[in-house]
Amino acid sequence: MRNASIRFVLPISKWQKCRFLSQAADRLPHVSSSQEQAGDNSRKTGENTENLAGDNTYDVVVVGGGMVGAAVGCGLASTPLTKSLRVAIIDGNPATIQKYSKKQDSVPDARVSAITPATVRFLKDVGAWETVLENRHAPFDSMQVWDYSGRGFTRYRAADVGESVLGYVVENNLLISALNSALERTGFAETICPAKVKTVQFPSGSTSSSTGNLFEILTERARSDTGASTSFQDQKITEPANLDKFDRNDNWAQVMLEDGRLLRTRLVVGADGGRSRVRDMARLETRGWDYNQHALICTVQVGYHHSTAWQRFLPTGPLALLPVGGDLSNIVWSTTPEKAKELKEVSKEEFVIAVNQALTEDYGPLPSSQTNVVALSKLLTPLMGELAPSVSDPFIAPPPVTACLSERLSFPLSLTHATRYVSNRLALVGDAAHTVHPLAGQGVNLGFGDAAALVKTVREGIRTGEDIGELALLEKYGKERLWTNLPMMAVLDGFQRVFGTDFPPVSLARAAGFNAAQYLGPLKRKIISFAMGGQV
Amino acid sequence: MWRTRGCLLQSSTLFRQSLRVLSSNSTSAVGVSNINQVVSDGTPSFTANESPTSAEEPSQSRFQKPKEKYKGSIDNAETAKFAAIAETWWDHYGPYKPLHAMNPVRLSFIRSALCHHFRKDGDTAKPLDGLKVVDVGCGGGLVCEPLARMGAQVLGVDAVEKNIKVASAHAIQDPSTSSIQYRCTTAEQLVLEKQEFDAVLALEVIEHVADPMEFCKSLAALAKKDGMVIISTLNRSISSYGLAIVGAEYILGWLPKGTHDWSKFMTPEELALLMNRASLSMEEMAGIVFSPLTQRWSLSDDTSVDYIASSVKKQK
Ligand SMILES: Cc1cc2nc3c(=O)[nH]c(=O)nc-3n(C[C@H](O)[C@H](O)[C@H](O)COP(=O)(O)OP(=O)(O)OC[C@H]3O[C@@H](n4cnc5c(N)ncnc54)[C@H](O)[C@@H]3O)c2cc1C
Repeated sequence: MRNASIRFVLPISKWQKCRFLSQAADRLPHVSSSQEQAGDNSRKTGENTENLAGDNTYDVVVVGGGMVGAAVGCGLASTPLTKSLRVAIIDGNPATIQKYSKKQDSVPDARVSAITPATVRFLKDVGAWETVLENRHAPFDSMQVWDYSGRGFTRYRAADVGESVLGYVVENNLLISALNSALERTGFAETICPAKVKTVQFPSGSTSSSTGNLFEILTERARSDTGASTSFQDQKITEPANLDKFDRNDNWAQVMLEDGRLLRTRLVVGADGGRSRVRDMARLETRGWDYNQHALICTVQVGYHHSTAWQRFLPTGPLALLPVGGDLSNIVWSTTPEKAKELKEVSKEEFVIAVNQALTEDYGPLPSSQTNVVALSKLLTPLMGELAPSVSDPFIAPPPVTACLSERLSFPLSLTHATRYVSNRLALVGDAAHTVHPLAGQGVNLGFGDAAALVKTVREGIRTGEDIGELALLEKYGKERLWTNLPMMAVLDGFQRVFGTDFPPVSLARAAGFNAAQYLGPLKRKIISFAMGGQV
Repeated sequence: MWRTRGCLLQSSTLFRQSLRVLSSNSTSAVGVSNINQVVSDGTPSFTANESPTSAEEPSQSRFQKPKEKYKGSIDNAETAKFAAIAETWWDHYGPYKPLHAMNPVRLSFIRSALCHHFRKDGDTAKPLDGLKVVDVGCGGGLVCEPLARMGAQVLGVDAVEKNIKVASAHAIQDPSTSSIQYRCTTAEQLVLEKQEFDAVLALEVIEHVADPMEFCKSLAALAKKDGMVIISTLNRSISSYGLAIVGAEYILGWLPKGTHDWSKFMTPEELALLMNRASLSMEEMAGIVFSPLTQRWSLSDDTSVDYIASSVKKQK
């Protein structure tokens, strides 16, 4: 299935050993792999079938009911113009429709997301934020970034911009559950789960090359803006085999499930994650690179309650400590694959010692209170923009880690970007369109931004009576998101260059705890209003 | 001031075929041959050589039984042929890309004008539910289909039979547009049949008809009491000369040369006067402009090139 033929179009940069993305993607733990099963115990709540004839005919089929797929469903359910659409959401993993039922004092899941104020607004708009508030969520109001040499540090506070928080850390499964509950309340979409999508047949017909060019233009521009040498790799996709069951003359998309069911739809939303099968079926190419790094994540206990996102840069990669509520924190440690393996295998006690050393004394001393700002904040300027560091603040040592409470998970880090997000009757959202360094903590924020933009485009299309699967309409979404997402990624690549192997740039964004996309666009934009008040 | 039928320069035939409809050269050639005949026989507006057939086929003249619409008139092979043409025609990246791009802008004007006038809630997917609308000079159905999706009961008429076939072949592919009725006929014929509609649309048509005054009166006659008539057309201004004729016809090659006769374009004031004489009182007017910078069309105060106006039929 994945014997993709690959070729390089751009020089491979010397600071990293590039590997093929498809291979990298194969190494990502697949959430549903242990529970794969095709079953018929689907939960069906849909009711509006108004102008669609057959039982298998939909306006929108969302493939993938992860955070972003669920967000698309919720978004469509929550606007008057879109709520009469007939929508199905398909996911192969039964866990995605499980209710979050953790007690506040239980150990949180290690998979968390730092979400931005813009994402919070989106969640409020679609009626999912209440559920998050009723459960565990950890606001953070400041962040501190420093490097191993002890030469400098920088600190940002929400108070400096008149806000109370910079963002929240929330467990991924709570976010999905909150979105699903909101969706259920509306009775809007049919959730077909567990059911895996086997093949998608898209109508032949016109495709525009304009967005493909946009990708090149934006990459080029960002490159000249930042002086960065961008090293996108080209990935070619082999054509999927056609199945006889499909009607080749159908000018709608046909989605075939593994259990043999066939759905017809105006629009397929590809929300099926980084290894998107839907993207391959539509033959949309991706570019990107591998960081040759792994991230190790787990939940730890720390000495005291805190509300800061901490991040220390080590020569091997950044180490972040995020508040997740009470005296618990989340560790995201980006390092070499070998080191990650070692950290996973040592005892929990040894791990705690290793984390504390890495947070404080490995490779060099903690900065003194006098060394604020200097080099680091300069480097951070493009990321933080107008959010000026609090110069008067002293360096604060992070809380000590006292125990490791969860299993340690590790996964390889890569950056992928589809060169186009849309084709006829298809829109990609979330990781299916772009995967970023998870340390950026922005993966899902970009995805929520996609969901909001797609809902807006569909709404506009309905307002003017268009066919919502029509490429010309979807291009509006595709272009808007490329303009937002791609320059940010290229700028991050510039950081890669500045920091060399030592500092994967995206971790800075994680440090910021923001969706970097929101303030990296044009580098000199007025950040704060954009990052915190701007669009999702 | 308004030319009479003897001066007919272009029928809607050519315009429809060239601007909205056909993307292949071979088919526009058909349009050209049509025009010659229309010009030579001096037939009044909206009567091309392919004369209306639907008058003889009463089943097509009413809003009913959408599914059976075309069964009587087109066989399967023909349907497939026209479906293929429709595909190119409806290609948003084909030669009529600019028109497709401009379409949502016209539609948002129409939608808000109709919602406002008929007191419909614009914040729903089908605000035009219950409204009977006719699009005169419907071409390939670029306006009919969106209106049907907005809930309107739509009749599209065009004097060119091919347009009608292409439009129907496209509309039946989608359940949300399959209720549209298409007829190869003229506004005048519908008037003779005493048909009435809540809203009557004639978009980019009036500048091509032989007698705009008569045409306008026909549109008014088709509107129910207090119904709405919406007309869009090109302004007779320096910018329209530059853009529509030199730009669109000569430089960009969007349209065959000679598609427009600039001297027949009318200014908004002239249109208002014309409407007034046809017992239509103008409600709203907006310019439709293209920004080369953003490559987008939008509604604007600038009516110097293309503009759209809504009017209400006055009580007689
Ligand atoms: C281990 C790990 C840790 C991460 N940690 C963080 C973090 O700390 N912070 C952060 O912001 N981001 C993190 N990320 C990234 C973040 O999780 C993603 O950006 C986010 O999950 C993207 O959501 P999505 O809905 O686009 O895709 P996914 O979450 O990948 O969801 C895809 C869904 O599609 C379903 N699916 C796939 N194929 C099919 C098919 N053929 N048929 C039916 N269903 C299908 C899957 O079951 C899945 O539910 C992490 C990613 C991974 C893998």
